[in-house]
Amino acid sequence: MASAHARIPRHSSARAMLRATGLFGLAFVIFAAVLLAAGKDPIRAYRDILSSTLVDRYGFSEVLVKMIPLMLTALAVAIPSRIWLINIGGEGQLYMGALFATWAATYFAALPAWELLPLVAALGFLGGGLWAAISGVMRAYGWVSETISTLLLNYVAILIVSFFVFGPWKDPESANYPQTAEFVAAARLPTFFGTRVHLGLLIALVAFIVYHVVLTRTRWGLEIRAMGGNMEAARRSGIAIGRYVLVLMFIGGGLAGLAGVGEVSAIQGRLRPSLSPGYGYTGFLISWIAGGNPYGIVASALLMAVITAGGDVLQMAHRLPGSVVNILMALMLFVVLARRRVP
Amino acid sequence: MSVPFVESVLLGAILSGMPVLYAALGEVIVERAGVVNLGLEGVMLMGAVTSFASTVRTGSAALGVLAGATAGGLFNLILALLVVTRQANQLASGLALMFFGAGVSALLGAPYIGSRIAGLNPLQIPGLAHLPYLGPLFRSDILAYLAIPAAALVWWGLFRTRWGLSLRAVGENPAAAYAAGYSPPAIQYQALFLAGLFGGIAGADLSIGIVKTWAEWMTAGRGFIAVALVIFSRWHPLRIVWGAVLFGGAVALQLQFQARGAPVSPFLLDTLPYLLSLGVLLVWAGGRRHAAPASLGRVFEGTK
Amino acid sequence: MHNVEPLVALRGITKSFPGILANDRVDFDVYPGEIHALLGENGAGKSTLVKVLYGIHQADTGTIQFGDRAVQIRSPHDARRLGIGMVFQQFTLIPALSVVENVALFLPHLPAVLDHGVIARRIEEVSGRYGLAVDPWAPAWRLSVGEQQKVEILKLLLARSRVLILDEPTRVLVPHEIDGLFRVLAGLREHGYAVVFITHKLPEVLTCADRITVMRGGTVAGTLVRAEATERGLVGLMFGTAWPEEGSSRREPIRESARPLLELREVDTSGDGVSLRQITLTIAPGEIVGVAGVSGNGQRELGDVILGLTQTAGGKKIIHGQDATRWSVDRIRRSGVAFVPEDPLRMLIVPPLSVLENMALADTRKYARHVGLTVDWIAVRRDLEQSTRRLALEMLPPAVPAGTLSGGNVQRLSLVRELSIDPRLIVALYPTRGLDVRGATAARHLLLAMRNRGAGELLISEDLGELFSMSDRLIVLYRGRIVGEARPKDTTVYEIGRLMTGGVAGG
Repeated sequence: MASAHARIPRHSSARAMLRATGLFGLAFVIFAAVLLAAGKDPIRAYRDILSSTLVDRYGFSEVLVKMIPLMLTALAVAIPSRIWLINIGGEGQLYMGALFATWAATYFAALPAWELLPLVAALGFLGGGLWAAISGVMRAYGWVSETISTLLLNYVAILIVSFFVFGPWKDPESANYPQTAEFVAAARLPTFFGTRVHLGLLIALVAFIVYHVVLTRTRWGLEIRAMGGNMEAARRSGIAIGRYVLVLMFIGGGLAGLAGVGEVSAIQGRLRPSLSPGYGYTGFLISWIAGGNPYGIVASALLMAVITAGGDVLQMAHRLPGSVVNILMALMLFVVLARRRVP
Repeated sequence: MSVPFVESVLLGAILSGMPVLYAALGEVIVERAGVVNLGLEGVMLMGAVTSFASTVRTGSAALGVLAGATAGGLFNLILALLVVTRQANQLASGLALMFFGAGVSALLGAPYIGSRIAGLNPLQIPGLAHLPYLGPLFRSDILAYLAIPAAALVWWGLFRTRWGLSLRAVGENPAAAYAAGYSPPAIQYQALFLAGLFGGIAGADLSIGIVKTWAEWMTAGRGFIAVALVIFSRWHPLRIVWGAVLFGGAVALQLQFQARGAPVSPFLLDTLPYLLSLGVLLVWAGGRRHAAPASLGRVFEGTK
Repeated sequence: MHNVEPLVALRGITKSFPGILANDRVDFDVYPGEIHALLGENGAGKSTLVKVLYGIHQADTGTIQFGDRAVQIRSPHDARRLGIGMVFQQFTLIPALSVVENVALFLPHLPAVLDHGVIARRIEEVSGRYGLAVDPWAPAWRLSVGEQQKVEILKLLLARSRVLILDEPTRVLVPHEIDGLFRVLAGLREHGYAVVFITHKLPEVLTCADRITVMRGGTVAGTLVRAEATERGLVGLMFGTAWPEEGSSRREPIRESARPLLELREVDTSGDGVSLRQITLTIAPGEIVGVAGVSGNGQRELGDVILGLTQTAGGKKIIHGQDATRWSVDRIRRSGVAFVPEDPLRMLIVPPLSVLENMALADTRKYARHVGLTVDWIAVRRDLEQSTRRLALEMLPPAVPAGTLSGGNVQRLSLVRELSIDPRLIVALYPTRGLDVRGATAARHLLLAMRNRGAGELLISEDLGELFSMSDRLIVLYRGRIVGEARPKDTTVYEIGRLMTGGVAGG
């Protein structure tokens, strides 16, 4: 699996958005047919999804909650992809971030919030970052392609989390539930407006701005774009490619780790083995659809979050299995994947 | 070690190893043809739900297996359409296929949640089935007996036939295969269909052979494990058997340890197949370079 | 000697590509039982001609006669069906497959179930007959280059080819392998095969060819039987006589006393491609050292070693008096070393980035402000303008993506960028290849101007005229070694040409 094979397409955002809208429309039509075949009223289903996600205040807050890990894990893919690295390890990096964050929250529980929270977040970043950096090292030395190693390390990370949650870190008070003790209040990320929307949203948006600014304004961004545009020229211009492989994998993994921080510290308040319903993989697909474009990632993450939230609606109001929305998500991906390439 | 302990570990190893083995045998075929299918999870789910539903409807587990295999094969053609015909990114297409399979199987399977079936019957081999220690090997269902012959068949097909040679050539260097007069797209379509059959059987084994119920996401990551096993085996069908035994053994040991309250963590044991896969790749890195099919994951653009 | 009909006869083959007439009314015959050498420098049209014969290209005009009938060869499949096979410079063996499998893949009428033993026996039978011994069970990646070539030839023989085209078959071989190949070819000739082989190397031609066709500038300069051919005569046909044979004397003398800018001491490399062996070389300020050689004899590797892209396997590299053997590319560049490449769009310029951004890549550290948080675009632009002015070129539009510039402008951008640092040492790798006359003259002029300002230069080129007119000193690379060194005024094109093609000095 060579590095150059997953060329993530990049095109001008306005035209891309227009094309994407048309393609997604097609996916919605096909999914409507699927719903019809299942004996459901597609128009009512779509209306219900819309009214309970984008229109409803609480519903929209839940969409935002889901967007946070999706945006972060998508960035975790998009950043290394700038120099042709394929990180499918967002899921594992998210788990490692959560693990490190839980450790910090437990062992420094006595610290005041203004010290503890940054520590929790920093360790979460470090956990995800180091996990990805393992793959980065193996790639920089040309031992194992990062595609394979990030994939394999996903399972290892999830199992390590299970080990701690079922074993040494298991909360003795929660009987048979495999979970750690609840975080102290000082280790909980603040939430806003009485919803579950938490500080992670702000962190994710800041990450996007930093990503954009670093890429377009700084010396490092220039070098990254040079590597993305012509690796051979970059090498001959004296850019230290191995170092960038490491650093970009670390940063990407760190952002996925922050997604894990959000889940444990704000949403669940403790570490559980089933931390993520595949955010890492969805993040990969989001980054892929958006072609690494920051606005595209936010828009696609919003779309995917609405669809995920829509699953709950279909389940409750239409008595369909919740994962049926995966069909809609996959259809959207199919139409994007199968589209005719713009030369 | 007591007889019951060994017997339960062995039984457990067979049960948890089989579906993964079948799925990995399919995956090794497509990967040898230069395609990665990360959507194996979805293929297995389709096989599982189709075979379960057919078994409930017809009462015949054999028809169930057949239906599951067919569903898996046809389902994989979606991937063929995307990555071969439309030359789409293989990793993204595979993941999308996984989500698709999860959704479609959930929809199709909804009416069958809670249904009970007899499923595949264990076939006892007279005289052997009650051996101490090894007995469980001879009280398995037909799919378990066929697993190793299937691995041998895949090996034979890949390494002893013209078709297998051309398939491996496509996976290594599609342009060279084309120059030799073979059609890379046609071969990749065939490989994906065949791999789908295996993935479907893997799913069928799970739903009507082992668990005998249908549940959403019942594959629980086995598709990904199969992908890892292919890497672990360094793309060789016979070594996949060892990988599956290792994986199944780890799971079975884990269950036994858990039941007995032994101080070995099941989860750390479970990381073994993955870490070993990575270790295998690390050991071979820099040495022999040609373990993975050289054109794996790339798009064949034709000759011009 | 030709009392038989030719096996293949090409008549009036003309083939043009955009902007270049590669073959101009070429006639070419191949007889059974002959080894026919196709000689000429790069770009003379040899490859195009054989690719027409093998069906990769279709001639614009002209006919191909195969035996007694006219044929159309539209694809390599057509060619192979006629019994025409070709061994490319880049072998097409699949490394992961065994020799048996690689051969089987190309066999016509392969049975559905393979019997590897039968194929192996056929391989051994044929390889025994022609001295192509190779282990049929070995995986191709384990074969030496010479063995891989044998397998390529075996593939053709077992697929019943009668005409074998070998594209520079000796380029990758070591001397005893070359002798072996010639014995193989002689054996094939005895059995009535026709062999067409392309080469640059005169001694080989004179050793093994029955007939020699020399091409120059897309036309046939002459076809000789071996008995008629001499080295001098062939060199004359190959290179023509249009070039100046001696360096002009218009240049100021080298400052002999100055400390050398670059010293290589017994440098070896290892790795894919050609390995350098025991290279010892100095470049002084104000000196252009020209590197002559047929491409693929270690020129690129030499440039890469100096630029720090390839690590040395032995020996020492000294830049400006400091041991630079382990320096990074970045460090070497910052010490004042610039690179003028053959194909800047591939090797130096990043197409999606703007002209200005490409300019900044010359030294991103220099243009970084606030630890790198911002880039001093004003300084970049100032340097771009300054360097452009100094080189007396027209200013390029700074905001335009470099990929949209014309070829000449890309070349200009790369020169402006690389020479903006006022380099003390310049490595120029085929700097004028692919440029039109005006562009090439401008590039040469710039390189001379830099030299006159005191820069040392390594000029790697295949254009002997260019090397003779620009260099203060010439070295000749052959198979990764320096096989000769001379001042242009003390030698001749013939002498250098003989060294380049493997002849012995002074012969």
